[in-house]
Amino acid sequence: MPLGLLGKKIGMTQLFDDKGAIIPVTLVEAGPCPVIQKRTEESDGYNAVQIGFDAKPERLVNKPAAGHFKKAGASPVRYVREFRGEETTGINVGESLSVTIFEAGDLVDVVGTTKGRGFTSVRKRHGSKPGPKSHGSMYHNRPGSNGGSSQPARTFPGKPLAGQHGSLRVTAKNLQVVRADAEKNILIIKGSIPGANGGYVMIRKGAAKK
Amino acid sequence: MINKKIADVEAPHLKSNIPNFRPGDTVRLSVRIVEGDKERLQGYEGVVIKRRGSGIRETITVRRISFGVGMERTFQLHSPRIEEISVVRLGKVRRAKLYYLRELRGKKARLSERKAVETAAAPAVKNEPVGASS
Repeated sequence: MPLGLLGKKIGMTQLFDDKGAIIPVTLVEAGPCPVIQKRTEESDGYNAVQIGFDAKPERLVNKPAAGHFKKAGASPVRYVREFRGEETTGINVGESLSVTIFEAGDLVDVVGTTKGRGFTSVRKRHGSKPGPKSHGSMYHNRPGSNGGSSQPARTFPGKPLAGQHGSLRVTAKNLQVVRADAEKNILIIKGSIPGANGGYVMIRKGAAKK
Repeated sequence: MINKKIADVEAPHLKSNIPNFRPGDTVRLSVRIVEGDKERLQGYEGVVIKRRGSGIRETITVRRISFGVGMERTFQLHSPRIEEISVVRLGKVRRAKLYYLRELRGKKARLSERKAVETAAAPAVKNEPVGASS
């Protein structure tokens, strides 16, 4: 059983279950993902498959990458990632993975890059509360105390401060697959996944079903 | 505009039998209610004060006066819990969101009736010859 797929987030919508309750869902265009390379314990020190997604015109591929794709007999793609694990033995270079590896009810982890928010204050980045607005407070949107004085004479790591927010690799774990449409290569996942619409995501098999 | 791929996924779940109505119209809904393991239908009639969203996410908010108290319920238009929608009366209004009705009581909260004309279909047909001649 392959470990995962690569895909592109399409967007969110909702569906109704048989009782009429709303299921929020995210649509992901996933696969087909050609297997480009196999990593093995002997040659690379670990087991993995390298798969690709999203076809790329030949003219945009540089020569080293073109050679890499050619060796696998695969057409060039924009997005290449490896999936590690022992379960990769059954897959061979030249094959292609599609959403059929998932079925409704499976749990998946989705890895994506969150929307970048640039340099933001502590308010937005860490959700800290504002101080009083009036009564001479003068403490409105400040980051607060940095810690002690001569002891410990430093600011502890992890102190919430302003800085780059978002554009981070994030994994949304144990999301349920609502449906896998093999015809249209669309995976319908319950809940939200990281990143903007059109962003690349990795879909991994999640924790075992209980 | 809604993404084509999203629309494709929603399409089989959309209701095709939703009548033509707009904010200001009075509608009657049959809502499926589950109590324990029993199911029954409950009627709900009132003025549509808001219609928002598109595709399967479209909702309507229906306002009625119940026992002297204003009551608003928002329904998912395409929910399987809504068994039936019928238009009782067409109301003539000049805006899309009728929040002003919340402040009005009694006679002032009435809406004058709109004449039933082919709403959505008629203008579309009229536009066609114009485009063809030019």
